[in-house]
Amino acid sequence: MSFNNLDQLYRSVIMDHYKKPRNKGSLDENNVTIDMNNPTCGDRIHLTLKINDGLVEDAKFDGEGCSISMSSASMMTEVIKGKKVDDALQLADIFSKMMLGEDYSDKYDLGDVEALQGVSKFPARIKCATLAWKAMERGVQAESK
Amino acid sequence: MNDIRKYFPVLNQEVNGHPLVYLDSAATSQKPTQVLEVLKKYYEFDNSNVHRGVHTLGNRATDSYEGAREKIRKFINANSTEEIIYTRGTTTSINTVAAAYGRANVNEGDEIVITKMEHHSNFIPWQQLAKQQKAVLKFIELEEDGTISLETVRKTITPKTKIVAVTMASNVLGTINPVKEITEIAHENGAITVIDAAQGAPHMPIDVQDIDCDFLAFSGHKMCGPTGIGVLYGKKAHLENMEPIEFGGEMIDFVDLYDSTWKELPWKFEGGTPNIAGAIGLGAAIDFLNEIGLENIAKHEHELVEYAIAEMEKVGGISIYGPLDPSKRCGLITFNLDGVHPHDLATVLDMNGIAIRAGHHCAQPLMKWLQCTATARASFYMYNSKEDVDAFVAGLRMAKEYFNDVF
Repeated sequence: MSFNNLDQLYRSVIMDHYKKPRNKGSLDENNVTIDMNNPTCGDRIHLTLKINDGLVEDAKFDGEGCSISMSSASMMTEVIKGKKVDDALQLADIFSKMMLGEDYSDKYDLGDVEALQGVSKFPARIKCATLAWKAMERGVQAESK
Repeated sequence: MNDIRKYFPVLNQEVNGHPLVYLDSAATSQKPTQVLEVLKKYYEFDNSNVHRGVHTLGNRATDSYEGAREKIRKFINANSTEEIIYTRGTTTSINTVAAAYGRANVNEGDEIVITKMEHHSNFIPWQQLAKQQKAVLKFIELEEDGTISLETVRKTITPKTKIVAVTMASNVLGTINPVKEITEIAHENGAITVIDAAQGAPHMPIDVQDIDCDFLAFSGHKMCGPTGIGVLYGKKAHLENMEPIEFGGEMIDFVDLYDSTWKELPWKFEGGTPNIAGAIGLGAAIDFLNEIGLENIAKHEHELVEYAIAEMEKVGGISIYGPLDPSKRCGLITFNLDGVHPHDLATVLDMNGIAIRAGHHCAQPLMKWLQCTATARASFYMYNSKEDVDAFVAGLRMAKEYFNDVF
């Protein structure tokens, strides 16, 4: 086979985030902390969010996993930083629609996240891509309660 | 062995534009037409409940169901069919021993000994039993190459040990364990052994009387049989003293308002309508394995593993886990390719029609021991060929090139 099929999934921007993750690390313990894993494959994420007055001021992640899960985490932190909590949740919704191959709103500039669109054609890998977003949703919802 | 492929219709297909190369038989094996036809025939002509009808179909179903039990008895050389209990699979078999034997025989301060290479199915039942009974869970530590030394076994098992549970062959390291010798040491200390033969039964001859193990468990689906059927072998003396853990139809003798009595062995452990088709299918799978010959299967797998390890080493940047000596391992190879996460590798191979497993292989404590969160695994069976290995190794080279050079 050629690499063409693979290039649908592994776009260079994805590999760039995988090899040079943005917002890698951990915020101090006064912030929202979420640990999630994907028990079927062992992927793991530790996400910390600094949320003040309904605004995601900062986000950092740590973890272990494949290129899709780690690049998705990197892109997610990049796009939600500085966003309102409601916007972050809507972005998570948009991302989940993107993974299901459904139409989604073009209200937001998704930036690098758009590169993950190809994952929807690889059903076995969707869970890798959504892990970080699920962690973010859980963290934001816990904070807003 | 090259002839065998024709019995496996599933292998005759393309996946993502490439001929299917199925290297995930340690997760579940493919099924030969001999088994598929028996299942079809059962449902088309004999389908009926067992042990209750006076009618002809009921008799046919019962005869086939019990006939399969005799095939299983012979297959592992058990003393009697009373010692062969049908279960859902290895997990249910081991849980049955933990619940029915464990709770009655393991008390506070007693020891349960397992190894660090156990699959979760031969790990968590003991971990939870130890917790419930306030017993001590102990581990036989592994040697550096992923084998077990009898010296360590002798040091770990003590007169306080009540149960020793160990796998016949590791689903990750591929290590074949000296279960007969371990059983001897356990017995010297007054403990019983529970052998997880999920990766053993499909690949090597088993003689429970020679091993002298007290319990042994395996699954049908890994040995050419259907899913949802498995076996628990237990020595009659133990099974007779154990109380059933599932109550209901099929397993009772007399039912009174305030108490009941149980059927004799093995049926007292088979509450509810059993997986009749599954049992009959497993019987057909055993006929098939006998026809091919387990020695021939084991020899073929050893040849493939030896060839694959040599070819994989030529690729460079591949770490192989477990003993490198092919004679010490069963037909699977767990490994990592530098710079490529196992999921990414599995996707690249899948795009080439090659099915491998990636992840923790239901052995998280072993992953910790190996100091990795995930690994890739290629596992072979009788229907795999050197050409399959070549396709697999070509896929590895492609993944290496793609992830290390393209980006």
